[in-house]
Amino acid sequence: MEKTEKLSFIVTHMLEIFTYSFMVRAFIAGIVIGCIAPLIGTFLVARRFSLIADTLGHISLAGIAIGLLLNINPIITALIASILVAILVDRIRHNKYISGETALAMLLSGGLALAIVLIGLARGFNVDLFSYLFGSITTVTDTDLLFIIPLGILVVITVAVFYKQFLSIAFDEEGAQVSGVKVNFLNILLMVLTAVAVSLSIRIIGSLLIGALLVIPVTTASQVARSFKQSLILSIFFSLISVIAGLFASFYLNLPAGGAIVLISLIIFSFVYLVKNT
Amino acid sequence: MHNELEHKDHPLVCLHEISFGYGEQAVLEDIDLHVEKGEYLGLLGPNGSGKSTLLKIILGLLTPEKGKVELFGKPINKFSNWHKIGYIPQKATQIESRFPITVKEVVSINARSQTKVAEALEKVDMLSFSNNLVHELSGGQQQRVFIAKALAGDPQLLLLDEPTVGIDANSQKDFYSLLDTLHKSGLTIVLVSHDTEDIVREVNRIVCVNKRLVCHVTPKEFVAGNYYDKLYGEDRKTIIHRHSHA
Repeated sequence: MEKTEKLSFIVTHMLEIFTYSFMVRAFIAGIVIGCIAPLIGTFLVARRFSLIADTLGHISLAGIAIGLLLNINPIITALIASILVAILVDRIRHNKYISGETALAMLLSGGLALAIVLIGLARGFNVDLFSYLFGSITTVTDTDLLFIIPLGILVVITVAVFYKQFLSIAFDEEGAQVSGVKVNFLNILLMVLTAVAVSLSIRIIGSLLIGALLVIPVTTASQVARSFKQSLILSIFFSLISVIAGLFASFYLNLPAGGAIVLISLIIFSFVYLVKNT
Repeated sequence: MHNELEHKDHPLVCLHEISFGYGEQAVLEDIDLHVEKGEYLGLLGPNGSGKSTLLKIILGLLTPEKGKVELFGKPINKFSNWHKIGYIPQKATQIESRFPITVKEVVSINARSQTKVAEALEKVDMLSFSNNLVHELSGGQQQRVFIAKALAGDPQLLLLDEPTVGIDANSQKDFYSLLDTLHKSGLTIVLVSHDTEDIVREVNRIVCVNKRLVCHVTPKEFVAGNYYDKLYGEDRKTIIHRHSHA
């Protein structure tokens, strides 16, 4: 009886979190992000493009600064900035005078530098910059959900429609081109989807940590998966566990959401890696 | 179907006076080449001779500065039946080396149905490995999977760029035996290699490229005509003669 009461107390206490509307919004946004980040991340990791997610994360911070400066919803400006740079990144990959990795490192620093300069210019920002850097559970608004839910669904549908072509390009880009796959269009599309996933994740994960959610659950899944498709499904599973547990930890322990989510995803990775390799 | 009948007597590949360069540096000059249906053609040349570039021009991956490319009797810009061409590049995959992808998933990329996947794997004797991860296979087995991927699209022409690099001698032997079987079953093959001994032994026509077309001959004519010397220089003459099985 005592045990049942204890359990009931814990469950009731845990469910209490959903009486706060900001937490409901955070969970809805978190679940959408938890699905789309590893979905895109799988193709990025498979193609060794992991750094792109981090670069776009830093660029999105510049977008946020522009939004705050112009008094526009910063998610929109972050989305525009990261989509424009995502297209630029795709062009740079084909530039023969500078290596793609070096260009990404330069863009990453450039994005952060631009964000800091813009924030410095507008000293009167009445916002918690910390939440944009590392995520927060209290900042997701109803308006944000109006972007996050439809765009999240659009990302899932797009990946489902072009799954075979994305896989073909990830496996062998030249071979895909020869077999008639529209490689240039799909490369730009993947970059744009990455930009969307990054921008939508800013509120919860923060622009400096978003790269981790696109990469860590995918790397964890690839340790144990026995096919590409299985890796994709498992990465979403690991990502959702990290996001949901991270949001609980953030609420009850008063931690920045992004930090909690990324640390939990790293703990899951370490556990899976040790079980698999020892 | 009508188009196929219309162009069935044309060479599968027809290159007219192809020239290509990177900036000021000429890589290929005035190349004329036909690949006829049923041929097993070896494309030979030293490193940097332009043979991989030539292959990429045939595949439409590079556009020549001068000249015309026709595939199956059609100008390349009007050619759309790319499923008729199977291609295995020198580095057949760029996917992260430990990323989990099964043999079946790889072959499915080019296949229109699961039946085609099974048929292609059967042809390369890898059907029992369908659910294995590609990175867990040996180099020779992986090469068979890449061929199955190309075959799954039902090609009439198969182009391979240095396919035996990094594969042990036994697997190479099996690999050439597989290509021979595929050729006998009606597939036209273009094999790019720097390994003269293998080319002379395996193919029925040899094309030598060193910026320009050096020769287009049978293996016997290649050996008799000392084309190896013309291609690589006199100082390496003894190496080919010692190893040649032709």
